[in-house]
Amino acid sequence: MNFFSKLYYRLRKSWKAVQLYLVIAGPGLVVMIADNDAGGITTYAATGAKYGYNLIWFLLILIPVAYYVQEMTVRLGAVTKRGHAEAIFDGFGAFWGWFSLIDLMIVDWLTLVTEFIGMTAALQIFGVPPWLTVVGVIALMAMIVIHGRYWTWEKIAMLFCALNLIYIPGAFMVHPSVSQIIGDGLIPNFPGGFNGQLFFFLMANIGTTIAPWMLFFQQSSVVDKGLQEKDIPWGKFDTLLGSTLTIVVAIFIVIVTGTVLKGVEIDSASQAAEHLMQSNHYVGTFMAIGLFDAGLLGAICISLASSWAFGEIFGWAHSLNQKIKEAPWFYASYFFTLITAGLIVLIPNAPLVLITLFVQVIAVTLLPAALVFLILLLNDKKHMGIYCNTLSQNLIGGFIVVSIVILSTLYGVSVMFPTLFA
Amino acid sequence: MANTFKNLALKIKAINLRYSQPHIEMSKGVKISLVALRIYLLFLVSLMVYKFILLLQ
Repeated sequence: MNFFSKLYYRLRKSWKAVQLYLVIAGPGLVVMIADNDAGGITTYAATGAKYGYNLIWFLLILIPVAYYVQEMTVRLGAVTKRGHAEAIFDGFGAFWGWFSLIDLMIVDWLTLVTEFIGMTAALQIFGVPPWLTVVGVIALMAMIVIHGRYWTWEKIAMLFCALNLIYIPGAFMVHPSVSQIIGDGLIPNFPGGFNGQLFFFLMANIGTTIAPWMLFFQQSSVVDKGLQEKDIPWGKFDTLLGSTLTIVVAIFIVIVTGTVLKGVEIDSASQAAEHLMQSNHYVGTFMAIGLFDAGLLGAICISLASSWAFGEIFGWAHSLNQKIKEAPWFYASYFFTLITAGLIVLIPNAPLVLITLFVQVIAVTLLPAALVFLILLLNDKKHMGIYCNTLSQNLIGGFIVVSIVILSTLYGVSVMFPTLFA
Repeated sequence: MANTFKNLALKIKAINLRYSQPHIEMSKGVKISLVALRIYLLFLVSLMVYKFILLLQ
C-alpha cells in the first residue's frame, strides 16, 4: 500500500512538473526550431549530399553551443524584463544601441527575403505560383497575430515546429544503413582531409545554427511571455530541448540527402526536393513541405524580432498581447517588413542570389557584437544579481563566443572572397 | 508628412538623451572588449568597402 501511495505521489508530482513546463514552454523551443529556416535546410541538405553522414558528429557538437548561447538570453530577459535591443541601449549607450538596432533591421529584412525565396521555391514544386505563396503567407501570418494574444501566436508557432519533424519519417523511408551512420557519422573525421571546401561547410553549419536574430527574438519573447526569475530553470530546459530537437532535425536531413543524393551538387533545398522526388516521391514531397514550413517558421520569428526591438527602443506598445488598435506601430512594422520582403521575391530578375550571400556577410557584423554584449551584460552584477554568469559559465560561454566570432568572420570573408580558402 | 519626420527626429533625440550614458559598470575588461569590437568592425567594414571597389572595377 505504501509503495502504491508513493508511486501515486511521484506520478502526480511528475505530471504537475510536465503541466508547469507546458505553460512555460515556448520561447526556447520556437526559436531553436525556427533556426532550421530555409537557409538552414539548404545548408544541411548540401552538407549531406556533399559529405554523406561524415559530419553528423560536428552537428552534435552544435547542441551545447546553441544551448549555452541562447540560455543566457533567458536569464537576461527574465531578470531585467528587457529585450536584447533595450538591454544594449541601456548597458552600452546610444552608439552601440543604434548600431545593433539598424544592423538587426537590415539582417532581419534580408533574412526574411531568403525565407520567402525558400517558401516560393518549395511551393513551386507543387505548381503554386510565387505571387499566391507570398499573398497566402502574409494572410496566414496576419491571422496568427491578429487575435492579440501571445499564447495563441506561440501555440500556432509550436504547431509549425511540430511539422518541422517531417524529415524524421522521411529519413526512415530512404532506409539508411544504421551501422554506416554510426561508423561514419559519430566518430569525428574530416572526409577528404581538412581543406578549404570542408572548412566552408563547417562554418556554414555554425553560421546557420547561431544567428543574430535568435538572441533578440528569444529575449524579447521571454519578456513578452512574462517569464519570472523562478521560471529560469524551465526556460533553460525549454532551450535545451529546442537545441536538441533542431540538431536532431538537421541530422535527419543530412541522413536523407546523404543516403539518396551523395555526390550530387546541391545549390538549394528545393533542388534537393526535386532530385529526391525522382527516387522517392514521398520523401521529395516531405522535403518540399519541410522547406516551406521552415521558411514560414523563420518568417514568423524574424519579423517579430525586429518589431519587438523597435517597440522597446521607441517606447511603442510592443506586445502580442495587445490588439492592432492598442499597438499600431508594432504591427505596422511587422507587416511592413513582411510585405516588402515578400514583394522583393516577386520582382522579375531580382538579385536573389546576391541577397542570400549578402545576408551572411551582414550577419557577421552583428553576431560578434551581439554575443560580446550578451556576455558583458550577463556579468553585470548590479542588474543580474545572483543570475550573473559564474566563472565556469564565463569560461564555456567565452570560449564558444570567441570560436563563433572567429569562424563566422572567416565564413563572411570566404563569402566575399570565395577563392581565399580554396 | 513633414510633421511625422519632425516627430521622429524629436523621438530619436529623446532616445539619444535617455541612453547618452552607458549604465553598465565600465570596468577595464568591458572597455577593452568595446575597443576590440570597434577595431573588429572597422576591419570588417574596410574589407566590405574593398570588395565593393573590386566589384566596381
